[in-house]
Amino acid sequence: MSANDFLSGGFAAAPESSDHFEIKKSYDLFIDGKWVKAPKQFETINPATDEVISRVGFAGKKEINQAVKGARKAYDSVWSKMPPAERGKYLFRIARLIQERAREFAVVESMDGGKPIRESRDVDVPLAAAHFFYHAGWADKLKYAFPGAEVSSIGVVGQVIPWNFPLLMAAWKIAPALACGNTVVLKPAETTPLTALKLAELIQDAGLPPGVVNIVSGAGDTGQALVRHPDVDKVAFTGSTAVGKAIRRSVAGTGKRFTLELGGKAANIVFEDAPINEAVEGIVNGIFFNQGHVCCAGSRLFVQESIADKVIKKLKKRIESLVIGNPLDKNTDIGAINSGEQLARIKNLVKVGKDEGACIWQPSGGVPRKGNWFKPTLFTQCAQSHRIVQEEVFGPVLAIQTFRTPQEAIAKANNTPYGLSGGVWTDKGSKIFKMTTGLNAGVVWANTFNKFDPSSPFGGYKESGIGREGGLHGLSAYCQLSH
Amino acid sequence: MKCDILPFPARRDSPTIDQIGVEERAQRFCSRSLKKETKMSALKLAVSMLDVTTLEGADSVGKVSQMCQKAMHPLAQDPSIGPAAAVCVYPRMVKAAADVVKGSKVKVAAVATQFPSGQMRLKERLAEVRYAVGEGADEIDMVISRGQFFQGEYRAIYDEVAACKEACGKAHLKVILETGELTTYDNVRYASDMSMAAGADFIKTSTGKVPIAATLPVTLVMLQAIDDFYERTGRMVGMKPAGGISNAKLALQYLVMVREVLGPKWLTNKWFRFGASSLTNDLLMQIRKQETGLYQSGDYFTKD
Repeated sequence: MSANDFLSGGFAAAPESSDHFEIKKSYDLFIDGKWVKAPKQFETINPATDEVISRVGFAGKKEINQAVKGARKAYDSVWSKMPPAERGKYLFRIARLIQERAREFAVVESMDGGKPIRESRDVDVPLAAAHFFYHAGWADKLKYAFPGAEVSSIGVVGQVIPWNFPLLMAAWKIAPALACGNTVVLKPAETTPLTALKLAELIQDAGLPPGVVNIVSGAGDTGQALVRHPDVDKVAFTGSTAVGKAIRRSVAGTGKRFTLELGGKAANIVFEDAPINEAVEGIVNGIFFNQGHVCCAGSRLFVQESIADKVIKKLKKRIESLVIGNPLDKNTDIGAINSGEQLARIKNLVKVGKDEGACIWQPSGGVPRKGNWFKPTLFTQCAQSHRIVQEEVFGPVLAIQTFRTPQEAIAKANNTPYGLSGGVWTDKGSKIFKMTTGLNAGVVWANTFNKFDPSSPFGGYKESGIGREGGLHGLSAYCQLSH
Repeated sequence: MKCDILPFPARRDSPTIDQIGVEERAQRFCSRSLKKETKMSALKLAVSMLDVTTLEGADSVGKVSQMCQKAMHPLAQDPSIGPAAAVCVYPRMVKAAADVVKGSKVKVAAVATQFPSGQMRLKERLAEVRYAVGEGADEIDMVISRGQFFQGEYRAIYDEVAACKEACGKAHLKVILETGELTTYDNVRYASDMSMAAGADFIKTSTGKVPIAATLPVTLVMLQAIDDFYERTGRMVGMKPAGGISNAKLALQYLVMVREVLGPKWLTNKWFRFGASSLTNDLLMQIRKQETGLYQSGDYFTKD
């Protein structure tokens, strides 16, 4: 029998094609409606193959200054004065253009970031469009969103986004900012700038007035220059807790508003009366979605002791059926780790986990030779005192602990510096409410995990950040309200 | 010694099913993309898993005999395709079918136990099973008493399955749950667990006589029940979705699901069947399309 026989294992290759659109050899910075050459450039790499995809501009202080100036000019002269319904029209147009070019964005997202095409096609891109649609609708209804308050815009917003959901995070940031009448300077992550730069092209196609959206690629220094720029009125950041703390320090005393969406170490709690097969699926979705590069990933699993063996057995069986490999293949479940740096961090923490005495398990299949890969990994026999339980791995690594009572589950779930998300699995409605009330997390899912919607606020407690994105709460972060 | 009959399982021993979760999971199998050799081998496999079915008041010896020919030689010009796994008929047609398929690999399955409603005393229903087996049926497709299930008389379901299994003798027993009437996934799961404990060789979704027949999520619930049963007892139980699977694409989605839930061990017609009447020719048409790159006219495929 051939290797691709239906009975004998793998599927025949089913790659999504990438020949229906163009990725340029190099991209400049999108400033004030024009493409501006940067003094330096850097390469962006396909983490699944190590091949260079394109070269992009590296914005320095000068370029940031230019971008903020452009945004200020656009804010003062056009955008803040435009009738809100007109702003809404632009946002609707962007949303529709994203839908029209959905396949292109999905493929580029998977090439640049390593995530499976199934996810970029079915989650990232449709949700990005949904965020523009949702906020387009709010643009001319802000006074109804906040009854009794005078609503006005803030000014120029500096936004720094991470590499795990590059296009989606750009949409989360840009859509509400524009809907409320602000202008934007956005810096995409160093390893995944392409979809943001493609979004800049799309915004140009949509005919947005110059300077309303500026997109400047670069690295940490670029982001720092943007955040510290004196003419930025608000900072919105999604990324690591360490950088978030630094940003909070740097904006202290400046009067700048800020929202931070940082790390997480979510507890996914499975009771013995849970729908067990669906819970296993939810655990897999919770931690292996986007290779675990998800701030709200369910990276700590708490299973009631009476069903722990059963759940772990089922979990292992399910993980064995996951397809790891080429992100552009439609059958791929687990793609590539986003960067060599992140891979090294995951490997290091996994080593720590082993050294601390937790029991490691990985599925039997191999991974491709070239590129950055890490197999889905389980750690059993973990304790609260293990570093793999306490620290955010941001990779496909699940730390499993058992619990005995609801009180114990809540106590342990909350025993973390983070407080972004959580999950509860039980067939009993009253238990769901008891648990979700007790969990100190911004988002708690019941009998599901990693569900997102533009109308639902997202954000954390404690070291997981401050402020909310999405829904009315997210909208309020981009408005000045006076009563 | 392995005993095929396990004690009556309590309802609370069956895990609960989350409707949204199971439907999402089922949907995900549909995003698998089968190409080239994978697709071809899956299509051929599907043909060999067909229970070619006719269950009409108008069934006659002539009609059944012709259908049996089709089951034995699905694609006249290519003997490597098929044969189908079985033909599925009413008890009175068993003899006619058995005469035609004698000596071939095609089995004869008979629906029995007052198919499709099951609304008759157990005594007469068992007599029907014995009659069909006596006429030469290799397999019996029984229906459970959904009415009694809803009355909470679960043990009666367990008992009737066990009694049918006994009446079957050497014939294999497929238990039709009629999932469209049981309605909730929790009911389907419990009915599956009871049937398997009582000795079912196969569990089957539907009679094809009510509007809602086999669906991917309901089949997934039953496959999970089979998986858990195998994990606990080491006994393999077969699965037969029936009704509503009318095209090749859908059939392949079922096969992907079996592969990923139960593994390749279940991917033979000993453990998985499709109950269908119109699926055959679509599978054949897709096979020819894979071979030649072109869709062919329906007139090139026999209609028996």
